[in-house]
Parts: sequence; structure tokens; C-alpha cells
Amino acid sequence: MSAVLADASKTDTPKTIVPATTKAIAPSKGGRPWTFYVLAALFTLYVVALYGPMFCIYILSFQDIRGGLVFPMKGHSLHWFVDLFTQVRTGDVKGSFDRSIKLAVIVTVITVVVSFLAGLGFRKRFRGDTFVFYMMIGSLVAPGLVLGLGTGLLFQALGLNASWYSSALGAQLSWTLPFGVLVMFAVMSRFNHVWEEAAYDLGASRWQSIRLVMIPVLAPGLVAVALFGFTLSYDEFARSLQTAGSLNTLPLEIWSMTLNVTSPSLYALGTVTTIVSFVVIGASLGSIVLIQKKRGSSAKG
Amino acid sequence: MQPSFSPAQTSPRANLAGWLYVSPLVVVLVPFFVAPILVVLAASFFATDGFGGLTPGFTLASYVEVLHSALTLKLYLATIKFTVLTWVFTLIIGFFVAYFLVFHVRNQLLAIGLFLLCTVPFWTSNIIRMISWIPLLGKEGLINQALLGTGVIHQPLEVLLFSDLAVVIAYVHQLTIFMIVPIFNSMARIDKKLIEAAIDAGASRFDIMRLIVVPMSKSGIALGTIFVVSIVMGDFFVVKVMSGGGSASVVSAFYEDVGVLQYPTAAASAVLLTLVLVAIVSLILRTVDIRQEITR
Repeated sequence: MSAVLADASKTDTPKTIVPATTKAIAPSKGGRPWTFYVLAALFTLYVVALYGPMFCIYILSFQDIRGGLVFPMKGHSLHWFVDLFTQVRTGDVKGSFDRSIKLAVIVTVITVVVSFLAGLGFRKRFRGDTFVFYMMIGSLVAPGLVLGLGTGLLFQALGLNASWYSSALGAQLSWTLPFGVLVMFAVMSRFNHVWEEAAYDLGASRWQSIRLVMIPVLAPGLVAVALFGFTLSYDEFARSLQTAGSLNTLPLEIWSMTLNVTSPSLYALGTVTTIVSFVVIGASLGSIVLIQKKRGSSAKG
Repeated sequence: MQPSFSPAQTSPRANLAGWLYVSPLVVVLVPFFVAPILVVLAASFFATDGFGGLTPGFTLASYVEVLHSALTLKLYLATIKFTVLTWVFTLIIGFFVAYFLVFHVRNQLLAIGLFLLCTVPFWTSNIIRMISWIPLLGKEGLINQALLGTGVIHQPLEVLLFSDLAVVIAYVHQLTIFMIVPIFNSMARIDKKLIEAAIDAGASRFDIMRLIVVPMSKSGIALGTIFVVSIVMGDFFVVKVMSGGGSASVVSAFYEDVGVLQYPTAAASAVLLTLVLVAIVSLILRTVDIRQEITR
């Protein structure tokens, strides 16, 4: 590597230094250091440990009626999926699933809009910005169960009924918004302000520069915020526990199932929720690709 | 995000614009973060009739009860043990996974692909990921079956599931991603030319790690630490399920208190825990200006 650099410095023109340096960072051939093999092994182990257990439950959820919670697998059928959605003893899976999806969609929309605006606000220093920032960090690190209890007691004191679309919605936002704003920070740090200034120079209003320059450029980042909002909400447990009122969200339902149900129904539920996550993520990533493609073609045309 | 052009940029107009942009955030955080915290603080000073009814007033009885209880110290020690163990494992694994992806994988597209591979399980239910260890760690689980089959052991190991070990495994499984993402982010921003220069100046692999990579990943490590520590200290269901009720943590005790409607004692212990968390987080924030770092 140093040889390449030395070569580049001899010629002494920036034009050759740049490609020479990038080549030196990632040489396409040549031996790899021993650390590569050690770290590659560690990485592989990590991924196996990450996925292994989950694949076990996906496989076990397809057992037949004799199936249990451990291997070996007994037959194969969709029995436990049918059981999941029909049996009364497994609770109201369908209803809670429905509520969780609706709640996650509402949370996602609010998180994207509010995080985007807050990201715009934090770009410039204003008096009290540090205070707002630390309030946000506080909301992120506060124990969820404690916040949930506080919100529940607050609603009780105000004589309001706790429900998934009011108290639980707010409690979840206190968790998804700080995440969303932090992601927004990372996204906006890559936004080149020159584009915005160019728009102003061309006579764009603030709203036009946001709508026609910022939003299209930041779109993939906004999708990332949406993805965060959706999955954090869809999976939120501690903050919803005391705030969801009488009707459960899906994680609360799963929680009560882990306490009562000891059949592969539980695993079937895991398989179903995973599929839903993947559909949502696939749609999000697909939309990022589409946005990029559209932008690429419109730039060409 | 770019730093502001001049530190004195706090004209009334800029102030107003800034506040207008963050006002929706504030409008959510005040009723759903500030107010609930204040409610819990207030409840910790109230008396109770023992049936969930709260009598407004001011008494330190709940704090005295919590602080005098021998159980409190035990719970904190258990919580700190879980936190430290989880932090150490997630940090080591997270750091080296990020390091591998940033510095060893030569194809950038592959690096991003592998990074996404690590984040995918994070997109599924926490609880499901936790119980997915049961078929592996259980008494008749895969690990015991394998060990029995190969004759390494003759009795199934009971320590694998419903134990402190299982709790730590579940935490590491769930939380390593919270280390990988911020560390990966800060490492990816290290200018590779710096490392070239260090090699040219004769630095060893270890020197580069100690003098460049670790210091420049500090903000990521700090952010990851805040996530992991606050989640473990604020958690109760991993401890409850994975220990099989054998272990407890500060929050699981809090949860029990809420269950039997002992709101003031629950609130008092929640206030104490929050103070401990605030102390830890501000200690971390003191070592690195997170805001400066992530908005850089």
C-alpha cells in the first residue's frame, strides 16, 4: 500500500493521487491479513447465533398436532396457524394484530412529519435547543415501564380513559420520535446545503425549497425514519403495558401468550409477525429503490 | 448536519423559526414524557390506602421503605451485573463486527448488504426473538441433545435455560445491534487516508486500533452504550421470562409493585432508578459531546 502512495507522490499531481489512494484502501488482489479470517469467523458466528434460534421456531411452527416446543419436529402441517386464529384460548390475536398495524401506521406518519420538522429546526442553533435535545434524549432512555405507569396515572388523574389510540399512541411517540430525530440528524448530515442555497438563488421560497429540493433528496432517509417508526411501534411493549387500556396490542397479546400458552401456536405467531415485518421492510426498501431509479432516469432525461 | 455559521446566530427570527420547527416534538414530549415523569415523582411522595387509591400529600415513607429494604440493594446488584455483562459482550461483538464490515470487507456493496443482514432480526418481535432460545437452550433443547448425543455430558444441563446465563444470552442477542449501528456509523466516517498515513509512518496494527480507530469511534461507542445500558436497566420481561422467575431486576420488582397496586413504593423505586440512569448517561455524555458528534 505504501508503495502505491509513494508512486503517487512522485508524479505529484492530484489527479493520480486520488485514484492511487482509493486503490490502496481496497486493493482488489493480494493476501488478506490474518485478522480478516479471525473477524470473518466471528462475524459468521454472530450471524448464525442471530438467525439460528429464529429459524428453529419458524421450522417448529409447521409441526402437526402432536408438536411440542422442542425438536425433534413431529410431522408437518399448518395446524398451529389455524389454531392461532381460531382458538379462543390464545386470546384475541386477530383484533390485537389489527390494532397494532393501525397504531403503527399512525405512529409512522406522525414520526416522519415531526422528525423531519425537528431535523430542520435543529440545523440552526436557537436558544433552548440544547434543552430540547436533552429532553429528547431523556425520553429515549427513560425506562419504558415507568413512563407507561406515569402516563397511565396521568390519564387516570385527568379522568380520561386509557386506550391504544390515545395514551398508548402518545407513550409510543415518546419513544419513536427521539429515534426518528436521531436518524434525521444522520440523514441531514449528508445533505449538501449548497443545493438549498442554489434553490434560494433561483428564487425559490422556503416552502418550495423544502418541497422541491429537500424532500426529494432526503426521501430515502425519510423512508428509513418511517421504517424505524413502524417497527418500533409494532414491537413496542413496555410503554404500552399500562397505557393500552382494555384492548391489547399485539406485543401485549404475545406477552400474555408466553405466560399461558405452551404450544407451537406461539411459534406460529412468531412466524406470522416476522412475515408481516418482512412485507413492510420489503415495501420500504422497494420504494427507496424506486425513488432512486426515478430520480436517476429524470436526471438523465 | 453542518455546524451553524457563527455561534452568535441567535437572532429573534432564527429563534422563532427553530422553535416553530421543533414545536410538534415539544408538543408530544411535554404531555408524554415530562408530565408522566412528574406524575411518578409526585406519586412517590403520596400515601396509599393499599388498594390503588392515592392520597395527595407529602411523605417520605415510600423512599424510607425502598431504601431500608435489603431487597433493594440485591436488586440493584443483580441489575448492574446483567447490565455490565451485557454491555461487555455487546461492545466486544459490536465493535469487531463493525470493524470487520468497515475495514475488512473490500466491496462496499457487500459491506452494506452484510450490515443489513445484521439489522434484519431487529425488525421482528423482541419477545419472539427471546422465546426462540427455548428450543435451543431447554432441557430437551438442541444444545443438550447435541451434548448428550456426543457423550460430552450424561445429564442434561439445566443451567442453560431459566438462568442468569439465559438472561445474558437473550440480552446480547437483542441488543448487539444497538452497538453495531452507531459504531458502524462513526467508523464509516473515518477517513481511510488517515490509516494509510499511519501505516506509512510505521504504525502497527495495534497502534492504529488504539490511536485512531477507537478514539474516532468514541461517539458511536458512547451512543451504543447509552442504548444498551438504558434498555437493560429499564427492562423486566427478559429477566422475568429467561430466568424463569428465578432472577429479578429493579424494574421487575417495580412491575410486581404496580401489579399489587403499591403505586407510591413503585414510584419511589422508579425515581431512584431514573436518577441512577441519569447519572450514568450524563457521565457518558461528559466523555463525548454526542450532539456535536452526530450532527457533525
